[in-house]
Amino acid sequence: MDDLATAAVEAALNAGARYADARAMESRAEGIAARNGVIESLERSERAGVGVRALIGSSWGFFAVPEASPAAARRAGETAAEIARASTLVPGPPLELAPVPAQTGSWSSRCDEDPWSVSVDEKASLLESVTRTMQEHGATVGLASSHVWDTRKWLATSEGTHVDQHIAECGAEMNATVVGEGETQRRSYPGIRGQYGTRGWELVRELDLPSNAARIAEEAVQLLSADPCPALDATTLILGSEQMALQIHESVGHAVELDRILGWEAAFAGTSWLDLTQMGSLRFGSELMNITADATLPGALGSFGYDDEGTPAHPVDIVRDGIWVGVLSGRDSAALAGIPAGGAVRGDGYDRIPMVRMTNVGLIPGNDTLEGMVQATDDGVLMDTNRSWSIDDKRLNFQFGCEMGWEIKGGKRTRLLKNPTYTAISPRFWGSMDMLGNRDEWTFWGTPNCGKGQPGQVGHTGHPAAPARFQGIRVGVRG
Amino acid sequence: MTATNERTAAPGEATVLAPEAIAERVLEVVRGKAGDAEAEVLVRTGRSALTRFANSFVHQNVAEDVSSVRLRVALDGRVAASALEGSIGGEALARLVDDALETARVRPVDPDWPGLAPADPAPAVEHWDEATAFAAPSERARHVRSFVDGADGLETAGFCSSDGFEVAFANSAGQRLAGRGTLAIQQGIARTSTSDGGVRLADVSLAALDSGDLGRIAGEKARTSAAPTDLEPGRYQVVLEPAAVVDLLHFLFIYGFNGRAVEEGQSFARVSEAQFDPAISIREDVTDPGQMGVPFDAEGTPKRRVDVVAKGVTEAVLHTRRTAAKAGAKSTGSAVPGGDDFGALPENIVLGPGDRSIDELLAGMDRGLLVTEFHYTRILDPRTTVVTGLTRNGVWLVENGRISRPVKNLRFTQSYHEALAPGAVLGVGRDRSLVPAEWELGASLVPALHLASWNFTGGARG
Repeated sequence: MDDLATAAVEAALNAGARYADARAMESRAEGIAARNGVIESLERSERAGVGVRALIGSSWGFFAVPEASPAAARRAGETAAEIARASTLVPGPPLELAPVPAQTGSWSSRCDEDPWSVSVDEKASLLESVTRTMQEHGATVGLASSHVWDTRKWLATSEGTHVDQHIAECGAEMNATVVGEGETQRRSYPGIRGQYGTRGWELVRELDLPSNAARIAEEAVQLLSADPCPALDATTLILGSEQMALQIHESVGHAVELDRILGWEAAFAGTSWLDLTQMGSLRFGSELMNITADATLPGALGSFGYDDEGTPAHPVDIVRDGIWVGVLSGRDSAALAGIPAGGAVRGDGYDRIPMVRMTNVGLIPGNDTLEGMVQATDDGVLMDTNRSWSIDDKRLNFQFGCEMGWEIKGGKRTRLLKNPTYTAISPRFWGSMDMLGNRDEWTFWGTPNCGKGQPGQVGHTGHPAAPARFQGIRVGVRG
Repeated sequence: MTATNERTAAPGEATVLAPEAIAERVLEVVRGKAGDAEAEVLVRTGRSALTRFANSFVHQNVAEDVSSVRLRVALDGRVAASALEGSIGGEALARLVDDALETARVRPVDPDWPGLAPADPAPAVEHWDEATAFAAPSERARHVRSFVDGADGLETAGFCSSDGFEVAFANSAGQRLAGRGTLAIQQGIARTSTSDGGVRLADVSLAALDSGDLGRIAGEKARTSAAPTDLEPGRYQVVLEPAAVVDLLHFLFIYGFNGRAVEEGQSFARVSEAQFDPAISIREDVTDPGQMGVPFDAEGTPKRRVDVVAKGVTEAVLHTRRTAAKAGAKSTGSAVPGGDDFGALPENIVLGPGDRSIDELLAGMDRGLLVTEFHYTRILDPRTTVVTGLTRNGVWLVENGRISRPVKNLRFTQSYHEALAPGAVLGVGRDRSLVPAEWELGASLVPALHLASWNFTGGARG
C-alpha cells in the first residue's frame, strides 16, 4: 500500500505539484444497535482507496479514488494537481509548510482483546439484554449500540515521509428514554456519546453495561416527577466529568483550532473569539485551568503515532495556569502563524482532505473531589451527562443542558432536578472555576462524532476531564 | 438512464460497470451462496466535488469518485447488512456477501422484520443536468471568482459544489429501480469587521446558480448589518428567511413527522388534528420540478408526494418499511442507507408558498426581527420540540414595517412546532428557494415566514 501512496505522490509531482502527500487506506467498521430487546441494525463495512493532496503555487487540490490499484493511484495524483491548478483562479497569499523532518516508521494502538475476535452473537446478545433490562425497569425506549473501527493507513509525502499506522478503536453506549405527559426524560450510560477509545473490546467489558442498565432506566423514570431546574441568574454550578468533556470540546477544543482562528472555517463551523496576537498573554480561565492537546495518551480516542501530514504525535500546551498559550495546527496553518507544526491534522478516511482536528484535548486534573465540591457548596446546582449543546460561531456564547441535576443546600444534595441547563460566556465561565477534580476522578472521554468541514467529516477526539465547580453561573433557561 | 452494463465515465476515468449491473452481480452471488435468502442491494456511483474558499481565496478544493454497495440479507427473518466502498472485484464482492450471510446466520429472528419491498415502479422523475455531473474544477473556481467579485471588496468565505450520481436498487423480490441526479450548491458569506452576511442556494444545474448575484446579496447583507448593537432578549415577532425556515422544518420532521418518534410516543404529531396555522402546508415531494434526488429510497420503496400538513392539519407522517409495518401503514420511501436508528427522514421538503414578497412580510411587522439563518441548533426535548440556537449571518430590528438597525446575534430557546401553531403564522412568502441541508437531509424548497412570536433568551453578552 505504501507503493500506491508513493505512486500517487509521484503522479502529482509529474503533473506540476510542488508538494504532494497521499494516504492509501484500508478500513473496516462494525455497528450494532439494539432497541427494546431487538437488534435493529447490524452492519459491517469495508473501505479502501487513495486520497492525494497536491500543492501548486499557494493552492491545494485533493482527489480521492475508491480503488487501491496503481493506475487509480496515479490518476488520483494527476487529478489532484489538476484541481490545485484550478484553485489558482482564486489565489491566496504565499503558502509555506512548517518544517517537519521526513519520518519513516510504523505505529499501532494497543489492543488487548481484538474486537473482531469477539463473536457478533456475543456483542448482539449483550446489547439486546441491556435494552430488555431497561425496558423492564420502566424505559419506554431502551437503546444500546457498539461500534468497532479498524484502520490501516500508509502515508507518503514528496518530502520523503513514509509511515504506516494501524489504529483499533471501539466502544459502546446505552440510554433509557421515558415518555411522560408532554415530555421525555432520558438517562445515558456512561454518557450521551457512550465511551470510546483506541483500545480493544476490554474497554466495553470494563464499562459493565449490564450492571448499569436497570439504574439508568429507574433514574429516567424518577426524572419525570422531579422538579424542574430553577431559573437563577447566578449560582454555584458543579459539573460531572462527562459534561466537563463536552464543555472542553465545545468551548476550548474548537476555539483553539488554528484553521478557525485564521478564518478558514468562517462560512460553516465559524471562527474563534481568540486573536493570535494575544496568544501567550490572554487569560482564558482561572489559574486552575491547564489544558493540553496530547495525541500520545494511551487508549484515548484522539491518539495516534503520526498525524495525516506525518508529524509525530506530541503533547501541546493549550492553556497554562489560565493563560492561553497554544493552538491545534497543521503544517500550512502553523507556517502562517509562525509556530511549529502542531501535529493535529487528520482526514476522515481516504476520501476526505486532512484538516485541523482535536487530538486529546483535556484538563490536567486538580486536587479536589466531586463529593468535596458538594460539601463545600452552600447553595448551588450539580449537573451531569450532556443532553443538549449549542454554542455560537465564535465559540464564546454557549448554552448546554444535562440529563440530570441536583439542588445543593448546605453542602448536601437535596432535590433531584430535571431539565437542567446553564449558559455563559466562555472566558467568564472558565475564569470562575474554583475547584477541580483530582486524578482519581480523571476520565479519558471519547467523542466519536465530531462534525467539521465541507464536505462533512466525522472526527474521533478524546477529552481527559474531571468534575469542576464554577461560580456565578446562570442556570435553568427554558423555552 | 444508460441502457448498457456500463455507466458514463468521467473524463479521464476508465469505463466502469453501471450500478444496475453491480446490483445484479451482488444478487447473483447471494443466490449462489444462499438461494433462499431475501436480499436487497443499493449501489451508488458518481463524482462529488467541492471548491471551498475563505479569506477570499480557494483554500480547499476537493473531489472524489464515489462507489458504494450496500447489501442487506434476511435468512428466515435473521437480518444483517454489509457495505463496501472500493473496487467491486471478485474477492471484495465475495467478502461483502459472506459478511452479511455469516452474520445473519448467528442472529435470532427479528420479530419486526418487515420483509422486502415488492416490485413497484417509481415515478418518472429525473433531476439531472449533464454539464453539472461532469463539471470541471475550473467551472467551480469561476463560480467562486464571481461570488468573491460580487461581494465587491468584502472578505468572503464559502463553497461551490457539484455532484453527479447514479443509484440502482435491486432485491430478490423482483424490485428493480435506477435513477440519477445532480446537485450544485453555492454557499457563502461576506464579512465586515463587525458583521457577516450569508446566502445558501442549491440547483440541479450549476450554470443556473448566479454566484455573482449571490455574492452581491451576501455583501449587501454584511454591509447593512455592520456595527450591530445589543437588543434586550425577549419575545419578538420574526420574519425568517428560507435558510432559517429550513432549520425549523428539519426538526419538525426528525422529531415529529417521523413514524419512529410517533410509535415511541416522543412525537408531537397527531394525524387529523389542526396542529398548525392554516397558512402552513408541508409536503415531502421528490416529484416537484424544483426539487432534487432520485424517486426511491434505500429500501427500494418508490417516493411519491406525501402531504404531511395540509392547511394546518397534520395529515401524515413519514415511514420506513419497519415503522410502517408497526403502525399498520405504508412506507413513504423515507429510509436512508444505514439509518435504521433514526427512522424515517425527509430529503425533499416542500413548504407551500404564500402571496407576499419579503418587503410585504416586513411591512406587516410593527416591531420584530428579520433573521437570515440559525446556527448550532440543538433539541432540548423531542416531545416539546424546544430547540436552542443562535441567529447568524444577518439579523435586523424591524420597526413600523421597515428595517431600523442591525442587532447582535441572539440566542433563542423556542418550541418549533408551537412557533407554527394556529394563529402564530402572520404571513408566508411567495418566492421560494431550494435550500441545501448542511447534513444528510437533501434540499428543501421553502419561502420566508412571518411568525407572531419567537423566544430570544440571551444576547451576545450572555
